[in-house]
Amino acid sequence: MNRHQKEIFIRGIFAFFAFASVLILALIVMFLFREGLPIFKEVSVADFLFGQEWYPTYDPPSYGIWPLIFGSVIVTVFSCLIAVPLGVLSAVYISEIAPTAIKDVTKSIIELLAGIPSVVLGFFGMVVVAPFIQKTFDLPTGLNIVNASVILAIMAIPTISSISEDALYAVPSEFKEASYALGATKYETIAKVIMPAALSGISTAVILGMARAMGETMVVLMVAGGAAAIPESIFDSVRPMPASIAAEMGEAPFGSGHYHALFATGIVLFFLTLIFNLIADYISRKFKEVGSATL
Amino acid sequence: MQDVMQTSMKFRYFKQQAFFTVVRLSALIIALALGGLLGYIVLNGISAISWDFLTLPPTDSMTKGGIMPAIVGTLYLTIGAIAVALPLGVASAIYLAEYARQGKIIRVVRIGVNCLAGVPSVVFGLFGLGFFVVFLHFGSCILSGALTLGILVLPTIIGASEEALKAVPQTFREASLALGVSKWQTIYRIVLPNALPGILTGSILGIGRAAGETAPIMFTAAAFFTAKLPGSIFDEVMALPYHVYVLATAGTHIEQTRPIQYGTVLVLVGLVLGVDLIAIVIRSYVRKKKRW
Repeated sequence: MNRHQKEIFIRGIFAFFAFASVLILALIVMFLFREGLPIFKEVSVADFLFGQEWYPTYDPPSYGIWPLIFGSVIVTVFSCLIAVPLGVLSAVYISEIAPTAIKDVTKSIIELLAGIPSVVLGFFGMVVVAPFIQKTFDLPTGLNIVNASVILAIMAIPTISSISEDALYAVPSEFKEASYALGATKYETIAKVIMPAALSGISTAVILGMARAMGETMVVLMVAGGAAAIPESIFDSVRPMPASIAAEMGEAPFGSGHYHALFATGIVLFFLTLIFNLIADYISRKFKEVGSATL
Repeated sequence: MQDVMQTSMKFRYFKQQAFFTVVRLSALIIALALGGLLGYIVLNGISAISWDFLTLPPTDSMTKGGIMPAIVGTLYLTIGAIAVALPLGVASAIYLAEYARQGKIIRVVRIGVNCLAGVPSVVFGLFGLGFFVVFLHFGSCILSGALTLGILVLPTIIGASEEALKAVPQTFREASLALGVSKWQTIYRIVLPNALPGILTGSILGIGRAAGETAPIMFTAAAFFTAKLPGSIFDEVMALPYHVYVLATAGTHIEQTRPIQYGTVLVLVGLVLGVDLIAIVIRSYVRKKKRW
């Protein structure tokens, strides 16, 4: 083999490895469908998605995951109500306001927060937040939507903050200088020049944060309460999709309807988060800042 | 006129002050959340930690004794995951950063990596169950769990390695190529050594992630209880995150085992954040020492 052929050979090997991610993604889809699709012999797609009753162990069983989808959506929305302002504002603090020394500390804090295992946050929600909510609002249980949303917000903040920070950082300094030159205050510059210029990046951050919250398992498994019903208040328990999968997979007999239904729930969860990720990817590519010449 | 200007200016600065206060406050809330969380765990967990706790298996149906099998299990799973993800991730990153030209193919790979990064952890668990445990007949064991965790941390390692490779100045490559060195030798001898600290940092963060995950190992590797240590990669193991979950939610002794739960949580958090801190320290050290 001469030198040129060797180079081509090496390049081919690396190309093969690079495709591993795509291959794994394809395998994930394939095996979710392989184990999930058989449920649709027992129940129609519409009844599965929009059925109000999730009684997989009853006789006859009822496989309607609407309460689970609803539970996932509601904790995701509520957690974002907390995580988006905190995440974006902390990014503004780090990139625009903080003195250098505090900036590095704040960044490390957010990085450490991202590193805390989800089971630990779930545990914290169970032993600290739940009793607090229960006592404060005089409820039968503190394991509910509010609790799950607060803990999920803690998980989503690092994602939102670090991606927003990158976006803010990428805004060309000419923009800032031009704004100051016109006599704008620092606040006006941030609110009317920097934030709008970074908007696509911040949107990406928010969407990825939502995807993170929606896919998070241990937190909702431990603190959402687990009631598979449409909630009537924010102090009701819910059973989001990941919680249902994680809690029931251990007991579902291999190859049973229940087993396939849980995989089918996994398909729904996978595609919901995939859509979030593709939207985020699209936004970040479409509105990519390529220097000050773009505006 | 002057007066109006004055008040308007004052109002503008007032708005700025109000905004800055809100921004500082949100950063403070996040810092307090982390501080409160860690403080609470340390204060409650520290009394449970002892030599016996770290070196003995659980006894009396997990209401007494230590957590040694769970520590060992987590170490095995994490080392296995890194053994899978590191070579694959670095190789992918080398292709993306050094070989690939802009175009359709690289877009597909990049979307694939991004989407893989966004897959919920429980879906990795389902995949591990469907593929490694059932389809490949590995059963619930270290191998299945390590492979599942490995693909979970793969995007983290690819991202960090690619960034590290791209941070190596183009002039280094050009100098090497100008001396007649081949592309592969340039990558192997010049680019990789310079990117190594960055790659290491990313991999260490990946280790922290793998050690703390619960959902992917629930159906692929984790055992409720095993007194003895695993003899081969086809054995089930206990793992720290799963042990926390089991003690906190299942069984009839939830209140009675609280000290053990706090102790296990402290060991897990100490392990994961300790590893993360090492990465953060290495990174800041390397940044300060950077010669270019």
